[in-house]
Amino acid sequence: MVSALALSPARVGSVINRNVGALRSGPSYWWVLLSGFFEPLLYLFSIGVGVGALVGNLHVSGQTMSYAAFVAPAMLAVSAMSGALAEATFNFFFKFKYVKTYDAMLATPIRPMEIAMGELAWAMLRGSFYTACFLAVMVAMKLTTFWWALAAFPATMLVGLAFGAVGMAITTLIRGWQDFDLVFTGQFAMFLFSGTFSPVQNYPTGVEILIGLTPLYHAVQLIRGLSTGQLSWGLLGNTFYLILMTAAGLLFANRRLTKVLTA
Amino acid sequence: MTTITRAPGRTAAATAPPASVRIMAALERYLTVYKRNWHGSIFSAFILPVLFMISIGIGVGGYIGTIDGWDYLSYIVPGVLASGAFQTAIGESTFPVMGDFKWTRGMHAMRATPLRIFDMIAGWQLYIQIRVFCGAVVFLIISALFGAIHSPWVVVTPLICALLALSTAAPVSAFSAGLDNDSYFSLLFRFVVIPSTLFAGVFFPVSQLQPFFRLLAYASPLWHGVVLCRAAMLGGPTPWPIWIHVTYLVAFSALGLWWADRAYSKRLKD
Repeated sequence: MVSALALSPARVGSVINRNVGALRSGPSYWWVLLSGFFEPLLYLFSIGVGVGALVGNLHVSGQTMSYAAFVAPAMLAVSAMSGALAEATFNFFFKFKYVKTYDAMLATPIRPMEIAMGELAWAMLRGSFYTACFLAVMVAMKLTTFWWALAAFPATMLVGLAFGAVGMAITTLIRGWQDFDLVFTGQFAMFLFSGTFSPVQNYPTGVEILIGLTPLYHAVQLIRGLSTGQLSWGLLGNTFYLILMTAAGLLFANRRLTKVLTA
Repeated sequence: MTTITRAPGRTAAATAPPASVRIMAALERYLTVYKRNWHGSIFSAFILPVLFMISIGIGVGGYIGTIDGWDYLSYIVPGVLASGAFQTAIGESTFPVMGDFKWTRGMHAMRATPLRIFDMIAGWQLYIQIRVFCGAVVFLIISALFGAIHSPWVVVTPLICALLALSTAAPVSAFSAGLDNDSYFSLLFRFVVIPSTLFAGVFFPVSQLQPFFRLLAYASPLWHGVVLCRAAMLGGPTPWPIWIHVTYLVAFSALGLWWADRAYSKRLKD
């Protein structure tokens, strides 16, 4: 068997290109693509602005901020996560199990690791389109400045990579669409508790530690730190966690793809 | 004494079973499918509402005083109850309906039996009613544990949820029956379902919205379901007379069923 390390960027690119072609061939694809951007925006207006009007200002670690300013970076992290996960779980599974897209790809010189990297890059690109739009809205609403938004953008790309890689790894283990209920429940639980809607310091210490182990917490911390300009050494730890997730997810997905598809 | 003899060669078509038997047969089909797939909905149906109450109701609610004299948890619980029914109804009317037309061909199989189009629709709606009703009862038990029930009228909320579910599942089934590509579901969720859930009075009063968006909230069946559930659980008045809210939902249901009948018939004509 050829080494997974000898990778060709051109072949990875062709995996990405297939997605572009598939998206363009679907009906109303522009609408579907654009509509993904509205989802986090709606949450921002409903919870951030609507419920925020009921909450007033929030005091977090010695700083006073409006509730919308607190929620917005979290919604940005969630948008990076769910954009990447949508591609890496449901769409990936459909191609993996039903349409047999990857079997077809493996009949060409493309290798499993190149499939994994190409699909991950595509998931990240799609997520980044949404986060870039969302950052523009945050700047327009004065929830962050232009330069801090620019600093936060690469962080959202890393978040997309980390969740895309792990999502893909989990999807290679999924047996049928019923199992996705568990994935969505996990995703939604993280969405509710990762310091998104209220500071984690409010939870009992045990719960706070537990949340500290889950990935969305690190994504929210990193993006909130950058977009509000509150830098600390902890952000390096968050970054490291997300890089580790990306690497582990990719390696695992590669192993499973190789085992299932080329056995 | 007379004995009934059936002429040879004249079978099912001449002696089609009555409507109730036909609808029950369709319902049985859906329940059989659910018996195989129930674990695909169990987490989202029972665990998510609890997590939601803790995160938003208690977590965010800790920063909020009272709304109309009620703590925030008590204020949103009726809304979350109604939006749960709304989402189950719509979820069950999208991929499963289109899949039965396009992928599994279950609809075509049913069409080959004495079932009429309307029996198939009625059986499906009954199935959704059962799902929503059970979900509502479980949710109410959980809410009671969180101390969020304040009126004996709470017993009518599963019925409100059932009506809300019919008023949304019927038109959405009709919409799904006319589709050939599931991309449109993303649009339905993003432009109808999620905005309704977020802005139709579940988390904050619609009076906070700009007039134009308030009108959109009034148009959504969810808002009518939410205010009815809230009135029943907190014992307060509804924004408009009760009969208007109920009539709106009934009208939506009737139109939806009529549209579904047309859409199913059109799809199965060939």
